[in-house]
Amino acid sequence: MSLKDAPPRLELSGITKRYPSVIANQDIDLLVQPGEIHALLGENGAGKSTLMKIVYGVVKPDTGSIFWNGQAVQIRSPAQARTLGIGMVFQHFSLFDTLTVAQNIALALDQKQDMQALSARISEVSTRYGLPLEPDRLVHLLSVGERQRVEIVRCLLQEPQLLIMDEPTSVLTPQAVRKLFETLRRLAAEGCSILYISHKLDEIRELCDTATVLRGGKVTGTANPKIESSKSLAELMIGKELPAYNRTQQRQVGEPRLVINDLSRATDDPFGTSLEHIQLTVHAGEIIGIAGVSGNGQQELLYALSGEKPGISTEVLIKGQAAGGLDAAGRRDLGLRFVPEERLGRGAVPEMSLELNALLTGYANGLSKSGFTQYAKIREFSKACIERFNVKAAGPEAAAKSLSGGNVQKYIVGRELMLNPEVLVIAQPTWGVDVGAASFIRQTLLDLSNTGVAVLVISEELDELFEICDRIAVIAAGQLSTAKPVAETSIEEIGLLMGGMRTSPATEQRAI
Amino acid sequence: MLRLEPRSAPSNLMVYLSPLLAMILMLVVGMIVFTILGQPPFKAFHAFFIEPINDWYGFGELLIKASPLALIALGLAVGFRANVWNIGAEGQLTMGAIAAGGVTLWLQDSTSAWILLPLMFIAGAIGGMLWASIPAFLRTRFNTSEILVSLMLVYVANLILSWLIHGPWRDPDGYGFPQSKMFEANALLPILIEGTRVHAGVLLTLVALVLAAVFFRWSLTAFQMRVAGLAPKAALYAGFKQRKTVWFGLLAGGAAAGLAGTAEIAGPIGQLLMPISPGYGFAAIIVAFVGRLHPVGIALASLLMALLYLGGESAQMQLGLPAAVSGVFQGMLLFFLLATDVLIQFRVRWISKTSTEAAS
Repeated sequence: MSLKDAPPRLELSGITKRYPSVIANQDIDLLVQPGEIHALLGENGAGKSTLMKIVYGVVKPDTGSIFWNGQAVQIRSPAQARTLGIGMVFQHFSLFDTLTVAQNIALALDQKQDMQALSARISEVSTRYGLPLEPDRLVHLLSVGERQRVEIVRCLLQEPQLLIMDEPTSVLTPQAVRKLFETLRRLAAEGCSILYISHKLDEIRELCDTATVLRGGKVTGTANPKIESSKSLAELMIGKELPAYNRTQQRQVGEPRLVINDLSRATDDPFGTSLEHIQLTVHAGEIIGIAGVSGNGQQELLYALSGEKPGISTEVLIKGQAAGGLDAAGRRDLGLRFVPEERLGRGAVPEMSLELNALLTGYANGLSKSGFTQYAKIREFSKACIERFNVKAAGPEAAAKSLSGGNVQKYIVGRELMLNPEVLVIAQPTWGVDVGAASFIRQTLLDLSNTGVAVLVISEELDELFEICDRIAVIAAGQLSTAKPVAETSIEEIGLLMGGMRTSPATEQRAI
Repeated sequence: MLRLEPRSAPSNLMVYLSPLLAMILMLVVGMIVFTILGQPPFKAFHAFFIEPINDWYGFGELLIKASPLALIALGLAVGFRANVWNIGAEGQLTMGAIAAGGVTLWLQDSTSAWILLPLMFIAGAIGGMLWASIPAFLRTRFNTSEILVSLMLVYVANLILSWLIHGPWRDPDGYGFPQSKMFEANALLPILIEGTRVHAGVLLTLVALVLAAVFFRWSLTAFQMRVAGLAPKAALYAGFKQRKTVWFGLLAGGAAAGLAGTAEIAGPIGQLLMPISPGYGFAAIIVAFVGRLHPVGIALASLLMALLYLGGESAQMQLGLPAAVSGVFQGMLLFFLLATDVLIQFRVRWISKTSTEAAS
C-alpha cells in the first residue's frame, strides 16, 4: 500500500471508561492504519461495544486520547464522528419499515437532501461497491441482507475513512457473507479503514489483516489472524484452552418424542412468513438442527411448537399425544421445555429477580405448592442454576435486566435444562454467549441427548449445528427441507438451501 | 443548568421517596395557591391539615374516610399490577351498595344483625363483581377496552340508583325526598370507638390489608398476574392464562368496591341516597398509585387522601373556599407523583456552565 507513510487513521491511547459497577475499558491502546481491515475480537462483556461507542462519539471516555489521522480529537457526538469521516453499521438495523430505501437514507443524513439526486447517488454508490439496491423500494419488502446493504450504503454516501461494522454477518447466509467480504475488501483497497467486530473466528481469519483481542475490558494481545488458528485466537479471547466436545459416536435413537405433522400456518403479521406443510420427527436421544436465515418462518414455527400460539391438535405430537391445541403450560406438562430467542420480555421478565424468573416456568416443578410460592426452594434452584451455568450476576436477587445478554441466556437455558426436559426446543442456544459458555451449553445439549432427551435446535450458526446435530433441516420461506444426517450433507449444500434454491424464484430474493 | 440523565438501573430509593416528594410539592404549591386566594398560608395550612384531626372525633372521621379508599385501592391494585385498568370502581361501589341495600330493605324486618350484616356484605361483593364482570366479559370476548367500559358503567350505575330511590325504593314516609327508608339498627355496623363514627367496616379494611399483603407476597396467582403486567409475552411463554388475569383483576376490584359501598350504607349513611360516595372509587385510583400498589403504601396513602377530603370540607367552612379545593389537592398529588416518578428511571444532574459551553 502506498499509504505507508501516512499517519495512522485511528489511534486510541490509554482509553478508560468506568461505569458504576464495572470498568468497561481499561487503558486500551488501538492502532488502525489507512486501508486496514482490523478485527476487534472479544467475548461478550469484554468491552468491544463500549470501545466502539467511544470511537463513534456515543460514549465519552473517562481518560485517554483519540488521534484521528495523527490529530488529537475529542469525539462528542455521532454527528461529529460522521463529519470526521467515521461511519458505523450497527448490529441491529435502525430502519423504518414503511419508508423507501432513499427516504430512510435521507433521514440519517445530516443535511436536507434533494431526493432525486440522492436516489441517483444511492444507485451509483451501490453499483460501484457491488451492493445492488433499488432506492424506491419499501424497506419491509427487503431481505435482511438487503437491509444491511441500506445501512452500509448510508455510511458510504458520507465517504467515510473508517467504517465500523458490529457483528455484520450474524444475519447473513454464507453466500451473502462472501459478497459482503468482497465489498469490504474493495473499500479497504480504496483506503477506507474497517473496524470489524465479530466473534466468528473463521471470518476474521479470512477477512482481517490485524486482530486486537479484548478480555475483561483490557487488550490481551494483537495477532495476525491469517497466521493464527481459530483455536489459538479463541484461547486468546477466553484466556484458557477450549474444551473439546465429548460426543458419543454410536448414538442410540429411541422412540419419536416430538412429531410435527403437516403443520401449515398462515401468518397474520404482514411481515411474517406463512408455514407450509412442515413435517419433522425428533426421536429420543437425537439432536436435530433447523438452519435458516432469520425471518424465514423460524419465529412462526417456534410459536406453533411452544404453544404460545396453539393450533390444530394433531399438528404437533409430544410423546405420542396430540398437543397442537394445548397452550404452553399444557405442553410443559407433557415434558416440553422451550428456550425462545427473545430472552428479555419473553424468556425472562426483565424487571424481576432471577429467583422469580425461575418461578416463571418452574412453578409446576415444585417451586410452588397448592397455589403458594416456595421461596426457599426457589432460592435454592436459582443458586444452583447460577452456579452450574456460571451465570455472572450479583446473586439470585439481581434483576434479569441487570445481566448482560449472554448471562441471561445462560440462566434461561440453565433453568429449562434443570426442569427435567423430555423434549427440548431451543432457539439460538448460544446467541451472544461467549465462546467458553457456548461450548459448555453445546456440551450440555449433547449430554442431554445422551440421556434420551429429544432436542430440536433452531440456529443461524451453521458451525454450531454441524458440531452438535445428528440431522439438519433447513427452513426457507416457510418450508422445511428433509432433515439430513450431518455426515451426508455439507455447509455448502445447507447454505444453498438457506438461500432458497429449492423454492420459487420469487422467494429467493427474500432470503439472500 | 439541570439535565435529566437515564440511570443505569432504576432507583429503589426513589420508588419510595417519590410519593413523599409529591406530597411535599403538593403542600408547597398548595400554600402558594392559598396565598394567591388571599389567605394567610399558615392559617390556611392549619385549617386544611391540622384542624380536621385535632380531636378524637376528627381522627375517627379520618379513619372512616380512609377505610373505603384503602379497601378499594387494594382491590384495584390486584388488577393494576397486571395492567388491568379498572377505572370504574365508583360504579361497582354503587352497584354493591344497591345490592346490599336491596337485601336490607327486603330482610331487615325479619332477620337478626348476625345474619343480616353478613348477607349484606356478600350481596355487596356480588353486586360489585357483577358490575365488574361486564368489562371483563367484553374484554376477554371482544377485546374491548376495560378502561372505557368500566368508566362508562359508573354513570349507568348512578342512573340505576337514581331510578330506585326516586321510584320503587323511595321511602313512603320520606316527604318525597329521593332516598330509601332509614336502615334499622340490625342493618347498621356497630360503632367501635365511643364518641366517634368509627364503625366495624374499618376492621374489614384491616383484614383486607393483611390478606392482600399475604396474597401479593406468596400466591402464585399474584405472581402470574404481575408477570402478565410486566411482560405479557413472558406470561404467554410461561403458559399463564390471560383471560384468568383479566377476570381476576376486575373481579377483585369489583368485590372490594362493592364491600366498601356496603360499609358506607351500613355505616355512616344508614340508607340509600345519592350520592353514596364522594368519589371514593376514583380517588382510590390515586391512592393505589401513591401507595405503589403495595398494601402498606396503600394504607398510608389512604390516610393522606382522607385528610384531603376532610381538609377540603374544613377549608370550605373555615376559610370560605370553594368545595373544589379538595379536588385541586387530589389532582396536584397525582400530578406531582407522575412527575417525580421520572426520577425512578432518571437522575437530575447539575451541569456546570463550563462543560455546557464545551459541549455546544
